[in-house]
Amino acid sequence: MALLQIAEPGMSTEPHKHRLAVGIDLGTTNSLVATVRNGIAVCLPDESGRTMLPSVVRYCADGRIEVGQAAAKVQATDPRNTIVSVKRFMGRGLKDVAHVEMMPYDFEDGAGMVRLRTVQGVKSPVEVSAEILRVLRNRAEASLGGPLTGAVITVPAYFDDAQRQATKDAAKLAGLDVLRLLNEPTAAAVAYGLDNAAEGVYAVYDLGGGTFDLSILKLSRGVFEVLSTNGDAALGGDDFDHRLFCSILERADIDPPSLEDARRLQMKAREAKELLTSCEEAPVHLVLGSGEEVDLVITRDEFAEMTRHLVQKTLTPVRKALRDAGLTPEEIKGVVMVGGATRMPHIQRAVANFFGQEPLTNLDPDKVVALGAAMQANALAGNRAEQDDWLLLDVIPLSLGLETMGGLVEKVVPRNSTLPIARAQEFTTFKDGQTAMAFHVVQGERELVADCRSLARFELRGIPPMVAGAARIRVTFQVDADGLLSVSAREMSSGVEASVLVKPSYGLSDDEIAEMLKSGVEHAGDDMALRALREQQVEAERVIEATEQALTKDGHLLDAGERAAVDAAISRLRALREGDDHRAIKAGIDAFARATDEFAARRMDNSIRSALAGHKVDELEL
Amino acid sequence: MSIDLTQDYFSLFGLPRRYALDEPALEAAWHRLQSQVHPDRYAHLPDADKRRAMQWATRVNEGFRTLKKPLARAQYLLVLAGVDAAIETNTAMSPEFLMEQMEWREAVEEARAAGEVEALEQLHMRLLHHAREVRAELGRQLDVDNAYTEAADTVRRLMFIEKLQHEIDEALLALEG
Repeated sequence: MALLQIAEPGMSTEPHKHRLAVGIDLGTTNSLVATVRNGIAVCLPDESGRTMLPSVVRYCADGRIEVGQAAAKVQATDPRNTIVSVKRFMGRGLKDVAHVEMMPYDFEDGAGMVRLRTVQGVKSPVEVSAEILRVLRNRAEASLGGPLTGAVITVPAYFDDAQRQATKDAAKLAGLDVLRLLNEPTAAAVAYGLDNAAEGVYAVYDLGGGTFDLSILKLSRGVFEVLSTNGDAALGGDDFDHRLFCSILERADIDPPSLEDARRLQMKAREAKELLTSCEEAPVHLVLGSGEEVDLVITRDEFAEMTRHLVQKTLTPVRKALRDAGLTPEEIKGVVMVGGATRMPHIQRAVANFFGQEPLTNLDPDKVVALGAAMQANALAGNRAEQDDWLLLDVIPLSLGLETMGGLVEKVVPRNSTLPIARAQEFTTFKDGQTAMAFHVVQGERELVADCRSLARFELRGIPPMVAGAARIRVTFQVDADGLLSVSAREMSSGVEASVLVKPSYGLSDDEIAEMLKSGVEHAGDDMALRALREQQVEAERVIEATEQALTKDGHLLDAGERAAVDAAISRLRALREGDDHRAIKAGIDAFARATDEFAARRMDNSIRSALAGHKVDELEL
Repeated sequence: MSIDLTQDYFSLFGLPRRYALDEPALEAAWHRLQSQVHPDRYAHLPDADKRRAMQWATRVNEGFRTLKKPLARAQYLLVLAGVDAAIETNTAMSPEFLMEQMEWREAVEEARAAGEVEALEQLHMRLLHHAREVRAELGRQLDVDNAYTEAADTVRRLMFIEKLQHEIDEALLALEG
């Protein structure tokens, strides 16, 4: 039975060494940060006791940057420089964003992502999001009393590669070490499932400020397996506000409002929507800058009627996700409601009708994602305790493919594949003597390239000249546990190779990020070098500690000579760690990784062997 | 017991090498293996460990998918048995089968063009039933008769059927917008 007692690889053997890790829900409307304290996930409040940070960033003329309540309060007086719902722009070009004509921003549509011209210059959505994340990071570090080991950042399940990459870039820019990008409905399922010891097949209906996700998960003995996911990355509570805002404009019969009045009316629309959750009617009263007066009353039924098409729009992804999972609505054991927008009574009614059961609303729809992310961050940072020995198996939401002749898409990785996944496809040359081949990587479900999202283009050069159809070019897609893609191509007879980390079309290049980090330093006057040094020292400590733990447990996998080499590597890194050159420590960590690579390989093989051995033992006991 | 990246999927999952599948056992083995190799277990460890975890978890997922899907499992068994299913080149199917396929295809095309969701759903159900029969035949050929050449032929037939099923699904998806 000793085989079954081997500690899980992610489990800390020294419980007193608690690593500071947080989960961050980077929302369209509000953002939160949470952590696990004494085994319980809690949202961290600011000095005023508020946990929710409005996702609003204001660039002031005097060079200050306001984030949260302060920015939200003045959004009507300085709409052009006060960015709300920036999540809608992440990884998106101008043509992808709905209602741009109604927005008060000065857009710049460059290559890839849309950018915003502010009083402090041109800002990318990545930079704006980084400001929000930075505030949450500071809040967490102040509250927990030290630098963070890492963070889990949540993203809508239906986010594509460009949107995920943009989110990861924003976190990097905010100085966060991203342990994992976690899908929002999955995070909610973790929080719900662990709290209620739930077993069976559940649906998570997640309507946030600007995104909609529907995920179907099977919960069984500590495994959270996502069966399918679907959604609409541009549908959320904001659209309900917008519909109400348009209706108010129609009914009040007023001239097109100024930017400031429009923003004030939008805020009134949101207030009315929230009021209609608990009241039968909501008054809307506002005196505009022009002197015109808006004074009307919206009833709950009127609101339900004018937004009925939006509620219906959420049910299409629900049906698709069920079909992909091969399930009927009756087979769903419970429907978990997530996101503030699910408080609207007519949404709860529509969901209840569809599934033939009342949805589960016993958790705070605003906090559940952040709490789930905190639990995952705690486990990923290595604070896993014996009782939270659970596993997440998530999927890729949208198929990945390559452009082929005639602008058609050849799918390489189908949607809803469990991550991580690698898939290879072989292609050949089209002309005699062809020495280069261009690849266009796309994401989406449609047959035509034009209808899918373009992720990257790259070329394989140096193919030896052969007759058409003789070359064998193997293209490999690898999607990691964050749902991020890298692609490589290789000509099989010559070994010529090319690879890309999928970024160029919509993401930011590493140089751009480095540039932003640099300007951020100048701007904030933050002592970047000291921070970099501290980070590398923490990292060095971490790898030494991890290796020493591994030696205690698996030292027998090395012979005396190998053991001496690993011990020497530890001493070398420990000596470097005492210095003050962060680049030297970084190089030392890389060298250390190479020196312990073989040991890591043997440990991995050993743990797989023990998993199989455990299996045999189980069989004998049956 | 040596464990390496070339080990076959059946031994990796501790299952007998055959077409008939104990699905709960496959799933339990999948969970057990992933709980050892999943990148989430190595997120706090150096990059070398993370990279290896991703490679292993990728392989375990690929094995799970291969063994779980009947067609992929049958193809894999043929590969292990050293039989070339000649999927890319050998399209010499019996005239009866091709005839039948054309009829199916025409029916799907008609329903699709006319936007008849119900007709498509009926075709979907009929085809599902048909596929079940073909899979039963495949199981006999692989597990009972060891008739690999015939099984390769059945695999090719099943590929046609699954492709058609996929087309019906796509048509339904397109009609729903």
